[in-house]
Amino acid sequence: MATAVVTAPPSSRPRKLGQFWRDGDHIAHLVTLIFAASVFLVTVFLVYELWIHSAPSRAKFGFSFLTGKVWDPVAEQFGALPFIYGTVLTSFLALLISVPLGVGAAIFLAELAPPRLSNICTFLVELLAAVPSVILGLLAIFTMVPLLRQYGEPFLKRTLGFLPLFQGPAYGVGYLAAGLILAIMTFPFIISISREALLAVPREQREAALALGATKWESTWQVVVPYARLGILGSIFLALARALGETMAVTMVIGNDTGIHTSLLSPGYTIAAVIANMFSEATGDMYLSSLIELGLVLFALTMVLNGAAQLLILATTGKGSRQP
Amino acid sequence: MDPIARRNIVNKIMLTVTGICTVLTVSTLFLILGYLVVNGWRSVDWNFFTKLPMAAGETGGGVANAIVGSGIVILIAMVIGIPVGFLGAIYLAEFGGKTVPMLIRYTADLLNGVPSIVIGIFAWTVIVVPMHHFSAWAGGFALSLMMIPIGLRATEQFLRGVPNSLREASLALGASKTRTIISVIVPAAKQGILTGMILGVARIAGETAPLLFTSLNNQYWAKSPNEPTAALPVLIYNYAISPYEDLHRQAWAAGLVLLVLVLIANIASRWVLSRGAAVQRG
Repeated sequence: MATAVVTAPPSSRPRKLGQFWRDGDHIAHLVTLIFAASVFLVTVFLVYELWIHSAPSRAKFGFSFLTGKVWDPVAEQFGALPFIYGTVLTSFLALLISVPLGVGAAIFLAELAPPRLSNICTFLVELLAAVPSVILGLLAIFTMVPLLRQYGEPFLKRTLGFLPLFQGPAYGVGYLAAGLILAIMTFPFIISISREALLAVPREQREAALALGATKWESTWQVVVPYARLGILGSIFLALARALGETMAVTMVIGNDTGIHTSLLSPGYTIAAVIANMFSEATGDMYLSSLIELGLVLFALTMVLNGAAQLLILATTGKGSRQP
Repeated sequence: MDPIARRNIVNKIMLTVTGICTVLTVSTLFLILGYLVVNGWRSVDWNFFTKLPMAAGETGGGVANAIVGSGIVILIAMVIGIPVGFLGAIYLAEFGGKTVPMLIRYTADLLNGVPSIVIGIFAWTVIVVPMHHFSAWAGGFALSLMMIPIGLRATEQFLRGVPNSLREASLALGASKTRTIISVIVPAAKQGILTGMILGVARIAGETAPLLFTSLNNQYWAKSPNEPTAALPVLIYNYAISPYEDLHRQAWAAGLVLLVLVLIANIASRWVLSRGAAVQRG
């Protein structure tokens, strides 16, 4: 690689080795390249380690690992379906709450709020994204879960109890609690990225809609939001990737139950929570290897979503100019 | 009803709804901070910062070892993460061609998206297993992996923001490329770089999942980074799920301390950046 960089106009005289190294540029190039390449290598190594260490489990269970419903460490029977189900369900619940809330707030911040207020609010939202997940979990355990148990879940059972989604005893902990805490963790992403996408919509689009007699809301909803839809979708994918991989807050409120339940009030498990709870006490190679394969599944899921999100965000912020 | 009046009413309602969404989301931060202050501030006292944890079930004690342990683990992460992020970014912004930096940028984004618990598994397989015991080294390594992508991308972004005229002026004066980077480009971008590093540290300071089975936990002082080490986020987790009232009290206090530190770091990074912008403009 070192020869690929041109540091000076090519001279007609052949350079001596001493001159070649004198300015140190080649050394600096090489040193920085090593550090940059280490980022690449360590990532490849991470995938390799997950792959190698999950080999026993992959060899024994094959694809039935993903469809098996039984997780029994004593019998060494490992199926990941309850955890995949829990992960997808809680993330879906989270998005159900955070997407309307986040997109609504993003519209307000991008279209309506005066720039100063918008910037302050966005900063506060970004601070919210920086709150460590263990702190959200702490709050969830001691404030949200008791509230859900005493008021929230009995209310849902009274009003929507005829649905299979809201049946069974109100524990407080469970899919619903995890979904709620994940909603709080995901909307900062949706707000800050959607707002960027909305701000990138050219001003002429708004002016054209308003000139045609549209109200502010009509111009926003029928012109600006569709124009920025890819960026908004990208922010949702990114939020979903974060929700799937989120560990601590979910582990603290999910309730730790290895079954598959229809009711949102029921305790369950997510992939990340299983790993967090079981990894340090796992005995036996097959047990560990199954947990590492769960990690691999989680890794693959989030990678696909992150990749898709980045493409979408790139596609919107690349086109159009920023609102002046 | 008159269609125009209806449209105006819809307009008002929907715009109000977006306003409510904003109030709900932004107020969450204050709600979190408020709850922590109300529940935690009384327990943040001298004992909290100076004493070791008591045996389970007894009241009193502090979290001194977890505070110091967090510091050690973060320090290890910084010693690994800052050079890699900083020098790697110099390569990406100044030396790299097209293909290799693109590949590295892509993997850095990939690494940034890896769930923290998976990072923990990786650190466990490459450090804890060969060493046969949990250690602060493993925890620091895991956290450094979370810090590198943030530092790398932020530093690169700000290095690219340095005007080309500065590079050309330095090269025209006869300085080598390395000299130009050291004396001109990095100083011009130093606020941005510092911001990236602070944000990286702020992110890892609250991470729990990568530490669960790397640095584990410790009731006492860790005598060296080779031993399992207590860390504030892990302590909050353990205390919160424990059945003891007194530990819950300390979990709130520890949560308050951690959150305030993380928020200060985030606000400080903003402040550094805004000062940098002012200097460049003026």
